[in-house]
Amino acid sequence: MNPDVAPQTSFLFGKLGWNAIPFDEPLPMVASGVVATAILGVLIWTWRRGYFPYLWREWITSVDHKRIGVMYCLLAGLMLLRGFSDAIMMRSQQAIAYANNGYLPSDHYDQIFSAHGTIMIFFVAMTFMIGLMNFVVPLQLGVRDVAFPTLNSVSFWLTASGALLINVSLVVGEFAKTGWVVYPPLSELRFSPGVGVDYYLWAIQISGVGTLLSGVNLVTTILKMRAPGMGYTRMPMFCWTALASNLLIVAAFPILTTTLAMLTLDRYLGFHFFTNELGGNAMMFVNLIWAWGHPEVYILILPAFGVFSEVVSTFSGKPLFGYRSMILATMAICILSFMVWLHHFFTMGAGADVNGFFGVTTMIIAVPTGVKVFNWLFTMYGGRIRFTTPMLWSVGFMVTFVIGGMTGVLLAVPPADFVLHNSVFLVAHFHNVIIGGVLFGAFAGLTYWWPKAFGFQLDEKWGKRAFWLWITGFYVAFMPLYVLGLMGMTRRLQRYDVPEWQPWLLVAAVGVVLIAGGIASQIAQIVVSIRNRKQLADVTGDPWDGRTLEWITTSPPPAFNFAVLPDVEGEEAYWNVKSLARERQRLSELPDYADIEMPKNSPTGVVCAFFATAMGFALIWHIWWLVALGFVGAWATFVIFAWRDDPEYEIHARDLEAHDRERRQAKAKLLGLREGDVA
Amino acid sequence: MSNPAAGKTSDGEDPHNLGHDDDVPISEQGPAPKRIVVAYGFWIFLLSDFILFSGFFAGYAVLSGATAGGPSGRELFELPLVAVETALLLVSSFTCGLAGIALTVRNMRWFQSTMAATFVLGAGFLALEAYEFTHLIGEGAGPGRSAFLSAFFALVGCHGLHVLLGLVWLTTMMAQVGAKGFRDDIERRVQCFALFWHALDIIWVAVFTMVYLLGSGT
Repeated sequence: MNPDVAPQTSFLFGKLGWNAIPFDEPLPMVASGVVATAILGVLIWTWRRGYFPYLWREWITSVDHKRIGVMYCLLAGLMLLRGFSDAIMMRSQQAIAYANNGYLPSDHYDQIFSAHGTIMIFFVAMTFMIGLMNFVVPLQLGVRDVAFPTLNSVSFWLTASGALLINVSLVVGEFAKTGWVVYPPLSELRFSPGVGVDYYLWAIQISGVGTLLSGVNLVTTILKMRAPGMGYTRMPMFCWTALASNLLIVAAFPILTTTLAMLTLDRYLGFHFFTNELGGNAMMFVNLIWAWGHPEVYILILPAFGVFSEVVSTFSGKPLFGYRSMILATMAICILSFMVWLHHFFTMGAGADVNGFFGVTTMIIAVPTGVKVFNWLFTMYGGRIRFTTPMLWSVGFMVTFVIGGMTGVLLAVPPADFVLHNSVFLVAHFHNVIIGGVLFGAFAGLTYWWPKAFGFQLDEKWGKRAFWLWITGFYVAFMPLYVLGLMGMTRRLQRYDVPEWQPWLLVAAVGVVLIAGGIASQIAQIVVSIRNRKQLADVTGDPWDGRTLEWITTSPPPAFNFAVLPDVEGEEAYWNVKSLARERQRLSELPDYADIEMPKNSPTGVVCAFFATAMGFALIWHIWWLVALGFVGAWATFVIFAWRDDPEYEIHARDLEAHDRERRQAKAKLLGLREGDVA
Repeated sequence: MSNPAAGKTSDGEDPHNLGHDDDVPISEQGPAPKRIVVAYGFWIFLLSDFILFSGFFAGYAVLSGATAGGPSGRELFELPLVAVETALLLVSSFTCGLAGIALTVRNMRWFQSTMAATFVLGAGFLALEAYEFTHLIGEGAGPGRSAFLSAFFALVGCHGLHVLLGLVWLTTMMAQVGAKGFRDDIERRVQCFALFWHALDIIWVAVFTMVYLLGSGT
């Protein structure tokens, strides 16, 4: 296959032809063959067991924030496997490619590192965090759903649509060879004539719309939909960090949309935003994309900070130390994150004053982060700490993230950055904060909220194995990269001729094997836990002795979350309820139950995403009739949705009461109250 | 704090039987009514849309001098034409406001006629913009001529695309109100549409000033 030769275009298929499929490249063919077989196998199994109607009714068309959250996390988990296989290929290639070409041709290697970055940021880190926020935020706020439930489903399916397009590029055509932020002029049509960059552009634009809508949804939910009494300074820390993160999504993602739209116009309609000719300015792209890209880093890490706050407080058995300073630190990071973007390209040549300014703001942003670290430490100080798996991830995070933060402050010094720019020192730094921060946060959150989502806990033994393999694997894989960076190794090398580098790269490859062991342990953990779900069952709804409202309801929570919205009377809403019940030796008064209305499930999201995928694919391959069809289809889907007469269904007070009676009995047993006091 | 009813549903009931005192702060009165939630969410979306435009504005600011030896705004822009465009759009915002009043008083005839007027004015704006664009391209001043013209076409075209989508939305809302009447959820959608339409005016005022007035002056 040679995608660089402009193929013939036809009306029916645009640029798409048989030559788009890399029959002569065994690696992608085998990989996609295995994936396709696995998907087909799962589909056949699902069909044979008769699960399709259930899946359609209860999951695919679900507008329940909890199910959408679970689906986000599942998508992120699958994409983690894809992104990690890219990582294995890169590390093994570099381990052997001293003075030879290894086993990956540069053409293929370039696609791998671009896909690795794109997938890990957009479809693993981002997707996982949005999944956790979707699941947890309404429960912690004590409400029944997000502000716009159907829109939430649309957001998820658009994200899935973007992920699908990127994976299609494995078989049909190619992916970008430009790195994950597609810098022009390399990404312009003249230097990247294939469809790789177009796959990137449309996948990110489509999933970006989903992310933006999800941000709008969660901001509105947090600011306008809280249980009675849940004032701003009573919200759990995770809700605050989710608010900050989603404000950043709303403020930063449109910049990405604009930037990529400009590049798209350059590539499709001959504009000259970033070209070398006729006044185009490639550095404007770099400025614009990092004006999104740096806030994006905080979009990822802030929810993780929230997870650690919840986990550390719960397993130390203490309220979070410095709750208000934590809010201030979060919001300070939220604002400062827009004032540091230039540190991604000190070498641009903006001059000493500009570089100095951005160097200083970058160092300042470490201050609120430091406040947070100390708050977590002081929360643990004097507490009765339980070293469960989520707590291990949190402690591992604190150590690892501080190291990553310090190398970040080092890189913020412009003269040092001139030496280290684009070296693997930088690669080590951002993996240090993203794995040690975001990913550990995702895993802490996964283990912490799993029992809430599914009604049984995850196996602790496998969880701890996973943690130790991951953290040692991380250090073994990335500490050598710091050394290599200082030795002068630049990033994205398909081969090299410096013999001193190879031993370190071999060590890094061993680290990847350890991480692979960690991922295998996580899969084993889930399999073992599902098998032992009876023994691991969480019948109380409160397996960790939690402090926030998600633990007041059952595990898994009913579709309506709470029979009656909880009445919040201070910080740590659920802890107060528990303390009061223990003190009085009885539960709170029986509330008055009233009929409620819940939104009906709707296929709008999945159908809309189907058309969006078709439209994206058509735009990539210049199949213009399909573009029009996709647009009209998506619009028609919304009109049909808007035409519904009866969008809600009613749940009767007596059903709510029946559910709540069981819940209260379980709570009474948990708190050691006598059964008679319950009703 | 000044509005104790804000936490209750629009029909005045207390949905959670909480019997809160009137002096409970608004932030602690429970979920806001749907009308407020929807409008608030749409405002958040609009703010994000403004940021989208700010990206194109920034691009235009950077590239406005990059004419690459080609024509500049001073040679290209025809202010009388743009003045008519501006007038059409501003009047369409007025008729859109009238439609909002007709919605509040549930007057179908006024609603449909003012919405139709909004459509005609918006379509007129788009027609003039299309004329301007084709005219420029015909003169050899298309977006491929220079980075300045790329930024110009992208910024103004992005606004035009918004107006076009607004017209699709407007037509859909006319059809929906016609078919289903003034239902609560449809009313909320029309209100969002009105916000969207007025927001496009705000953007246009910025385009008119930054691109056309400043551009034809220097």
